This record gives sequence, C-alpha cells and structure tokens, in this order.
Amino acid sequence: MIPELGHFALALAVALAFAQGVVGVFAPGLRDARAMRAAPALALSHFLAIGAAFLGLIYAGVVSDFTVENVADFSSSQVPLIYRITGTWGNHDGSMVLWCFVLSFCGATVAAFGGNLPASLRARVLGVLGFVSGGFLLFTLTVSDPFTRIWPPPLDGAGVNPILQDPGLAFHPPVLYTGYVGFSVAFAFAIAALIEGRIDAAWGRWVRPWALVSWCFLTSGIALGSWWSYYTLGWGGYWFWDPVENAALLPWLTGTALLHCAIVVEKREALKAWTVLLAIATFSLSLSGTFLVRSGILNSVHSFAAAPDQGLFILALLGITIGGSLLLFAIRAPVLAATGMFSPLSRESALVLNNIFLCAIAAVVFVGTLYPPFVNLLFGVQLSVGAPFFNQTVLPLTAPLILAMAIGPLLPWKRAALRPALERIWLAAMVAVIVFLVMTEQTNAITALGLAGGVWVMLSAISDIAERAKLGRVKLGDSLARVRAMPRAAFGAALGHIGFGVMVFGIAGMTLATQKVVVLNPGQSTELGGYSWKLDDLHDAPGPNYAQRVADVTISDDGKPFLTLHPSRRIFTTPKVITNDAAIHTNGFQDIYVVFADEPANGGAELRLNRHPLAPEIWFGGLIMALGGALSLSDRRLRVGAPSRKRAAKAAGVVA
Amino acid sequence: MLLLLPGLALAQVPNPAQTVMRDGVTLTQAQEQRAEAIGDQLRCLVCQNESIEGSSATLAKQLRIIIRQHVAAGDGDKSIMDYMVHRYGIFVLLKPPFSRLTLLLYATPVLALILGFLVAWLTRRSKIPPPPPLDDAEQDRLERLLKS
Amino acid sequence: MDMRRRLLFTAPLAVVALGGWGFYTILERMEQDKYDPHALPSPLIGHKPPAFNLPGFNTAPGFSNTDLAAPPQPMLVNWFASWCLPCAQEAPMMAQLAKTGLPIWGIAYQDQPDALTSYFAQYGNPYTKLALDASGLTAINWGVYGVPETYLIDKNGIVRWRWAGAITSDVMANGLQPLLAKYA
Repeated sequence: MIPELGHFALALAVALAFAQGVVGVFAPGLRDARAMRAAPALALSHFLAIGAAFLGLIYAGVVSDFTVENVADFSSSQVPLIYRITGTWGNHDGSMVLWCFVLSFCGATVAAFGGNLPASLRARVLGVLGFVSGGFLLFTLTVSDPFTRIWPPPLDGAGVNPILQDPGLAFHPPVLYTGYVGFSVAFAFAIAALIEGRIDAAWGRWVRPWALVSWCFLTSGIALGSWWSYYTLGWGGYWFWDPVENAALLPWLTGTALLHCAIVVEKREALKAWTVLLAIATFSLSLSGTFLVRSGILNSVHSFAAAPDQGLFILALLGITIGGSLLLFAIRAPVLAATGMFSPLSRESALVLNNIFLCAIAAVVFVGTLYPPFVNLLFGVQLSVGAPFFNQTVLPLTAPLILAMAIGPLLPWKRAALRPALERIWLAAMVAVIVFLVMTEQTNAITALGLAGGVWVMLSAISDIAERAKLGRVKLGDSLARVRAMPRAAFGAALGHIGFGVMVFGIAGMTLATQKVVVLNPGQSTELGGYSWKLDDLHDAPGPNYAQRVADVTISDDGKPFLTLHPSRRIFTTPKVITNDAAIHTNGFQDIYVVFADEPANGGAELRLNRHPLAPEIWFGGLIMALGGALSLSDRRLRVGAPSRKRAAKAAGVVA
Repeated sequence: MLLLLPGLALAQVPNPAQTVMRDGVTLTQAQEQRAEAIGDQLRCLVCQNESIEGSSATLAKQLRIIIRQHVAAGDGDKSIMDYMVHRYGIFVLLKPPFSRLTLLLYATPVLALILGFLVAWLTRRSKIPPPPPLDDAEQDRLERLLKS
Repeated sequence: MDMRRRLLFTAPLAVVALGGWGFYTILERMEQDKYDPHALPSPLIGHKPPAFNLPGFNTAPGFSNTDLAAPPQPMLVNWFASWCLPCAQEAPMMAQLAKTGLPIWGIAYQDQPDALTSYFAQYGNPYTKLALDASGLTAINWGVYGVPETYLIDKNGIVRWRWAGAITSDVMANGLQPLLAKYA
C-alpha cells in the first residue's frame, strides 16, 4: 500500500512540477499577479509530493518489503537499519528520487525565502525549476520507476553492496547531490534574467548565496568522496581522475568561477553575460555529470548500469535543458551590456584571469574525460586517458592560478597598481621562496613547488586580513576593532583561500608518501619510513553482517612502540564479497595507514604499509574551504538579500 | 605548519641501494621506484580505471611481477611499455601516446588558454558609453533627493 | 547589434550541439548493438598467435603455436577456467558450436586437472584439443585479460576475431557466423 501511495505521490509531483513551470514562466509575461502568486504554492506542494514519494521508498526499504523490486535487488533484511535507509539511494532508480527530492527542496526554499525578490523574477525562477524538475520526474516515473512490484517476492533481498555499507559513502550522495542540484537555482536565476533581459547588482546579490550554498555542499561532497575512496579502496589513493570524480570536479571548477564572477556583477555590474553563461554551464555540467556517467558510455568504477533507452531519454532531457538555455543565451545575452568598466590591472581583471584558468582546467578535464568515447566513435580506437595525463596537464594550469589567487584579493576594484599589492605580500613571497629552496634541496622540485604554493596562498590570505586591520601599524586595540568591523564575507573569502592553500599543501605532502607491500608472519617485522612495523597476531572477529579476519600491527619508533592498528578483511555473504578495511591512524599531519590485503595460502598476512605525510591536510583543506563559504554566507549583506529595499521605499515615499 | 617541513624530508626513502621485495621479486629501492612509476602508468584491464600498481586483481599482480622481472633484467621503461602495448593495445596506457589521434587532447590546455584570452580580448570594452542625459522629471527627482 | 558579438554568443550552443550529436550517435549505436563502449579490440587480430607450448590435460598431449599455424579449416581457441561462472554459462553454446563440426581448442587458464575433470563431468567437454596454462603467462602473451575469451583463427593461422566474455546466441549470429562464412 505504501509503495503505491509513493508511486501516486510521484505522479502527482510530475503534474505539480509542470504546473509550477507553466505558471511560473508564463504568468509574469501576462502580468497575472494571482497566477504569479500560485508559483510558490505549487513549488511547496510539489516538494511535499516528492517528499512523500521519497519517504514511501525509504519505508519500503526499512520494513524490507521485497515485493518492491528495488528493495529486493538492492537491500536485505540482514543489513543494519541505517544501510537499509541509505541503500535507498545506493542504486540508480532510488538515487533519481533523491535527486528530484533535492531539486524540489531547492525550489521550495526559493518559494519560502524568496519574499524579497520581485514577484515576477521569483515566479520565473520557480517556473524554470518546475520545468527542470518535471522533466526528470517524468523520467523517473516512466523509465526508472523505483516502486515497481514483483511477485512472488524473494525470501530475502540481494543485499546492499558491501562497499556502500559505509557511513562515508552513505552520506556522500545526498551531500554531493545537494551541491549539484543547488546550482539549479543559479541556473534558474540566469534563465529568468535572460527572459527578463535585465541583470543588475541586485541579481548578483540574489544569485551569490545560492551559488555559495551549492558550492559549499559540492566542496564537502567531493572532499567526502575523496576521503571515502582514500580509506576504503585500500591503497591510499585519494583522487583517481575517474569519470565520476571528473564529473563532480567540472561543476566545482565552473561553480568556483561563477562564485567569483557574481561578486563582479554585484559590485561592478560587469561580466554579466559571462556570469550567466557560467551559471548555465555549471548546472549543465552537474546534469551531464550525474547522467552521462550513468549511460554506460564512460569507463568508470562507480557508475550505475543503465539501459540505453534510459540514456536516450536523459539525452533528450539534457538537450532540451542545456540546448534550450544556450539558445536563449545566444538570443538574449548580447543585449546585456556592462556598465562597470575596469582597467587591465584591477581586481576585476584578476577575477577574469582566475576565470580563464579555472575554465581552462575545466576544459582539460572535460576533453580528457570525453576523449576516449569520441575517439572510439570516430576512429574505432580504444584509448585511456587516466591519472598520468591529468596530473601532467592540470598541474601547469594550477600553478599560475595559485600565483594569481594570492594577488587578486589585494587589488582594488576598477584600477590598480601592482606595486602596493606586491608590497603587501612580500613577506608571503619571501617565505614561499625559502620553503621552495629548502624543500627542493631535501625532496624534489615538484613537491617543493607545491609546498611553497600552499604556503604562499595561506600566508597571503592571512596577510590580506592583517593588512586590512593595519596590524602593527596602529594600536593593537584599533586593529582588533578594525577586524571586528570587517564584513564576514572578507573572512569567508580569506578562509576559502586558506583552505585551498592547505589542500595544496596536503597534496604536495602526499607526493612524499612511502609505501610497502610485505608478507609477514606473526612475530615478524619490517622497516618503512623510519618506523618498525610488526605483525603481532592474526585472529577472527565477529561483525554485524560479515565475518572478519583481523591483523594486529604494532608500529614503533626507535624501538618504542607507539601505535597498534587493527586492519581487517571483511567477508560478506550476501552478496559474496571480501572488502579490506584499512586501519588509519592520524595525528593531524600524517597518516599511518595499514591494509590487510590478503592471506596467502602458505601462511602469514600480506600487508600494505603506508606513511602519508600531510594527507589529512587534503580533507582539512576541503573542509576549511567549505567553512569559508559558510562564513561568507552568514554575512548580513547576503542574508538580508536586498538591503536597499527599505531605503528605496522611503525614497519613493519622499518622491510621492 | 611550517615547522612540519623538516619532518617531511625524513619520510623520504632512505637508501636507494637497499633492497625490497614486492610480489616475490627482489629489487633495489631505486628499481622498485621505477617499477612503481611504470605500474602507475598502466591500466588494470580487469578493474575499470585503476592502475596496475593500485589494483588487487590477480592479473594486475602478475603484470606487476612481469614489470619487476623486466626492471631487474635491466630493460628500459619504453621496452616494458611496448611489451604491454603489444599485448593489450594502447588502451593499457593511462597516458595515451602522442599521435595524430591525441593531438587535440594534448593541445587542449593551450587552446583553452588562447581561447580564454581571445574571448576576454574580444569582449573587452575600451570606452564607457556615456549615460543618456536625464530628462526633466528625473532631473527634478534628483534635485529633490539631493536636498532631502 | 555587433555581429561578432552575436557569433561569439552562439558558440556555446554550437559546441553543445556537436557534443549532443556525438552522444546521440553513440547511444543509438549502443542500442542497435553496433557499438560497445567497453569492447577492447585485440592487438592479435591480423597476426599469428605468439609462440607457446602448453601441456595437455591428463595423458592427452597439449598443443603449441605451430599446431595453429595452418589449420585445415577456421577454428576457435577458447580460453576458459573451471572456476569461472561465465564459462559455465557459455558451455552449452560451445557444445552447440562443436556439434556443427567447428573445431574448438580449449586452453584452461590457471586451473587444476581435478577441478577440470569435475567441470567437464558437469558441463561436458566440447574441445577437440585441450591445453593447460597453469601459470597464466601464455594468456598474458595472448593479451587475454579475463576468461572466457574466444579467438577465431583462419586457415592461414591468423587471428581474425576475439570475443571477451561469454558467447551468447546474439554474438554467435551477428559476430561469429558471418566471419566463419567469410573465412571458410
């Protein structure tokens, strides 16, 4: 009964979404105020309908209703409750429902909190969101129905893929999807602006918080995914340049560009058409990333298998959404004239430079990801474009970005001189050069460059804040007062940059990782990275829905044991899979990472021992970046939305 | 964070002449590093998108052994790569060889940058169009606003 | 409106349209089974198999690359293993092919004679000749990356076709039969 209700709610949601689309897009043109007011109501009810469907699906998973095919195929009564819930979105059909749920949630938030938007803009934004949501809901309902029943039901489900039985991966999709889908709002604002033919500072101010929220989620989602692959895949890799990862990185790159451009629109009313294009591109890449990865075209570890007919449906949806919006862009965007001018040396220009490099990186990732299927299509040759290619091409593009991102925030708007900016960061530059020189000596040039780059970005962001507070030039109390008076967005931006620097630092540190694969018998030990690693014992241990073999490994420094780790091999029965559960110890600046890889037939344990300097900084960096975004978001100026409304009303009153 | 830097160097490989054994083949540290670098460039065919070095598949392990045997025999990187390509095709190379087929791929970073700067150049505006003069009503409003 | 500006603003649409057409073609061909994005062409195609000499099963002799140099009629070499599930799924198809008089030579990949005996007891033995690649090294020389894999060898001893994975009736009708007719 509940699944049928869920199915019905899904069908209802399709109708409500299209109604929202039609009303939202066409009512403002007809100047029908009542119809325009209906758009938010429709958005809320459309959200409630999908919510009901989503809850229905979760319910079927929780009670292990195996008459529902989706539950029978991807869940099992033996799985702990939490994974019966998260298993709901661990498969193609279920994840579609989650995706639509997040999209309708975005619409509902615009409806609920968009009170300060002009009524016509809000209606149009909701209308665009309604159409997008309607299209994908229709897809879910017709060719990817998660509520399909089967009879007779199996005695037990096929089980949740053991790899997905992990807290990191369980919450990775919702966070990532919120990031992807959140950009739909910026997209909808862009389309609405193209329809209205008008973009001004207020538009920039409305779009930025949305872009910022999505960016924070996307950043966290990517960091979470990377962390997950680091601790589960068992060889200490944290980024594989897999198509799925690239699919998440692409909207992150253009989304980061968008975030910076929206500031230019807000402050200087320039780069308007470009910002609109970025908003369209970011959401388009989110869509393509989520869906083309599933079409089975790309060679990827984590794609869900999908049938080609689903692929064509999705391609049609993408064609309408992306093609339609770019057509609108081609027709309407040329009239969006900038009013703010700037000289080649100014903060605007620095942001343009940042955009060029971010987009060049995005282009490389995009082309690299799609090159193999297209070469195969045109020339019938199977190519691989993998990590060595991306590392080699993306690195040279990141270096100038790092160089510029430290200087950019120090330049004033409109017209700048390089000298004052350079005077403010000479200290950061000096330290970076010293770090480079010292570390080249001790390690290698690439690592040293990365470490120096990280230090350079971190220090310049800190010195920017210090300079603004006139630290050391005025009394300390005055400096503190200046810090308190600074807008939170300034701290957010600095923190975002610091986070990036920390991440670069961590990535550079990881190039010094040392690893070793050894077969040890209990009692034997080996040396690696200055430590002695000893296998104490091998034993069985119970697990909730798997059997476990555990290795006890003691690590000593200078003969003094300081750590015992317990990596294990987990043997799942439904489905029959063995996973390696890595044991990781971190002190915040270094990870000690041990994997129990195999138990050879002739005794002992095959262990992968790793020492990963600065590995934690990679994810700390991501987290700090996301926190910077959140801090920026808490800035009054953004929260208030249109701060000039009251004043404008007053002024209007005076005129009247 | 800067204080950590000296510690990093310590984590480096100690002695390149020291021998290590991996997958049953004994190599010097320097040779092992070379073998790892080669393995990182090769795709594990059984598992999508993993390198031979990172994979736990049986075939990957066998190929790791073969790489190490070749390294121990003193074969160059190129001849080891050729050995793999000869058997599995260029699909096995995670970095495709530079050829007419991959020209566009390798040109992408440069093309993207040129295109970026070109678009920035084409869309730049050197002059600010002067705003249209205020009409009487606006002039009137402006004066009143300024007074209030 | 400036023409140059208009053109510039249409460029993104053009790029996306091109990409969309490409994807459409790929999906279309995938649906018609004309194109498999994961299919990996074998470098052996157009060449003779590499040199090898493998022992046989139980007392029967094995075979070597010279035995494949000039077969009297086109033939198949089927790499399989008793521990591989798709091989067992493929077994009826192999039996059916063997019945048509097509010689199928089997090479057991990383297998044990005992396991093979019980495998043949259960699924039958379609192979004209059988060899054992216990180490799996010959497989690597052939570029075999999983079992089952099937190679078509023509009368000149040249590899004409390779199929990775179980042979289904579809593969047999659309892939194998036309080639068998062509090289007969």
